[in-house]
Amino acid sequence: MDFSNLLVIVVGSILINNFVLARFLGICPYIGVSKKLDSAIGMGMAVIFVMTIASMASWIIYYYLLHPETNIWGGYDLTFLRTIAFILVIASLVQFVEMVIQKTAPALYNSLGIFLPLITTNCAVLGVAVLNIDENYTFIESIVNGIAAGVGFTLALVLMAGIRERLELANIPKALQGVPIAFIMAGLMAIAFLGFSGLKVG
Amino acid sequence: MEFGILSAIISVGGLGLLLGGGLAFASKKFHVEIDPRVERIVDVLPGANCGACGKPGCAGLALAVVNGELEASACTPGGAETAEKVGAIMGTEVETMEEMVAVTCCQGSPDHCADRFEYEGVPGCTAATLVGNGHKSCEFGCLGFGECVDACPFDAMYMGKDRLPKVIDARCTGCGKCVEACPRDIMALVPRKAKIYIACVNPNRGKTVKGVCDIGCTGCTLCANPKNTPSGMIKMNDKNLPEFDYSIDDDPIVAVHKCPTGSLADKIANERPVFFISESKCTGAGECKKVCPVKGCIEQREDGKYIIHADKCIGCGLCEPVCPDKAISVMGALGHQKLAG
Repeated sequence: MDFSNLLVIVVGSILINNFVLARFLGICPYIGVSKKLDSAIGMGMAVIFVMTIASMASWIIYYYLLHPETNIWGGYDLTFLRTIAFILVIASLVQFVEMVIQKTAPALYNSLGIFLPLITTNCAVLGVAVLNIDENYTFIESIVNGIAAGVGFTLALVLMAGIRERLELANIPKALQGVPIAFIMAGLMAIAFLGFSGLKVG
Repeated sequence: MEFGILSAIISVGGLGLLLGGGLAFASKKFHVEIDPRVERIVDVLPGANCGACGKPGCAGLALAVVNGELEASACTPGGAETAEKVGAIMGTEVETMEEMVAVTCCQGSPDHCADRFEYEGVPGCTAATLVGNGHKSCEFGCLGFGECVDACPFDAMYMGKDRLPKVIDARCTGCGKCVEACPRDIMALVPRKAKIYIACVNPNRGKTVKGVCDIGCTGCTLCANPKNTPSGMIKMNDKNLPEFDYSIDDDPIVAVHKCPTGSLADKIANERPVFFISESKCTGAGECKKVCPVKGCIEQREDGKYIIHADKCIGCGLCEPVCPDKAISVMGALGHQKLAG
């Protein structure tokens, strides 16, 4: 196991190719749930959780069901079913996990529960699954990438929520109040994160 | 073995079947028992999630009621109707409670109460209060940034052109959010049936109030005088302001008229009736003029008969029962005929 390789994946997903600010995936919750810091943290945790699960499940589905060389059908290329199969698996898995934690860990459910259904078929979650395949990651690498992508998303979301809480008190021109200024903020943050693309790792 | 296109169908179809079955199984296996009453209570609640009960949202209240933490009447915005429904679900009797509405206890628009200085800080009542107790010359008056309006979960408030918040009675549920939001305690809850309330919170006396606002209560006690309010509904409190005992069913319109500053507000000003004297019935007894609290309202004409000046009549109805000829009747607001008789 090459740990430096995993480190590259982690740094890459959190900073260099941040899902929100560099890949522009998951903009909907990024704008929608970034009004309050608490809910941003809750959402971030839920995303980390779902992305990890989604990475695992989609990797297994892809290599054992769809990939022409390794699937159980013996040679048939079913990779064109990738998107539909991933959505199906991720959505039902998240639903399943939601039910399980509601039963077994009510406290966790109260803090994460309301966010889970929101992100079952979110593009960032599907994005991490598809990217894992495109990058030819191994199973372990996929999981690490899932966690890192979630952490990157959380980082962007929490930063945004912190700034937006400050913006509430700022004297903003009327035409820009609310979402418009949030978009401008998002753009500035994306530019700032672009600085990480010069980062050399590994 | 050759699967061909079947492999695609089996893959996705099988996956869907498997996951669907799994979810169905999980929903049974991991089913969480929720008291069915909780859901039924949520259904009858207003659903505004206003938090007036102190619980996070209507579902929180429903849970608390089922657990016995709160009374069935805990939802103030829902009023008696909701309390009754919740009580029916819980199988308990509910004491009927008074329905409340919010009122603005300040009439100090810029015309009446000038600014002491120009405030250019963060636009908000709480922020403005922190700067030398607000920019209004009255240290107690409404600053007009509308934090109460923003707090209203029912869209029942708006800022008037006079920079004072207005309550739309029909929409107000008496949840008290505006009362909480106001940093200067200007919003208050009064029973929905209340007709008169004191629209000033300045506890200072006479000259001090006069110096800052020409519509503020000077604490002159005229309204509390038994001559003007015989029912004893109005009493002065230790803040030099009249206090209304709404458990006494009275309509102290005379006190409103007698108030030298106009700091008593009439909630039903638009519904006040006007009394008039029938020319043919009046014999000129003059009893009505003796009881009329308004100067120049009832006057004797040259032919000895009396006349009520409609523009001066405040609709108190004192004259109607004393007329020996039964010549006085009411115009508009039919409900007041009973009140007068």
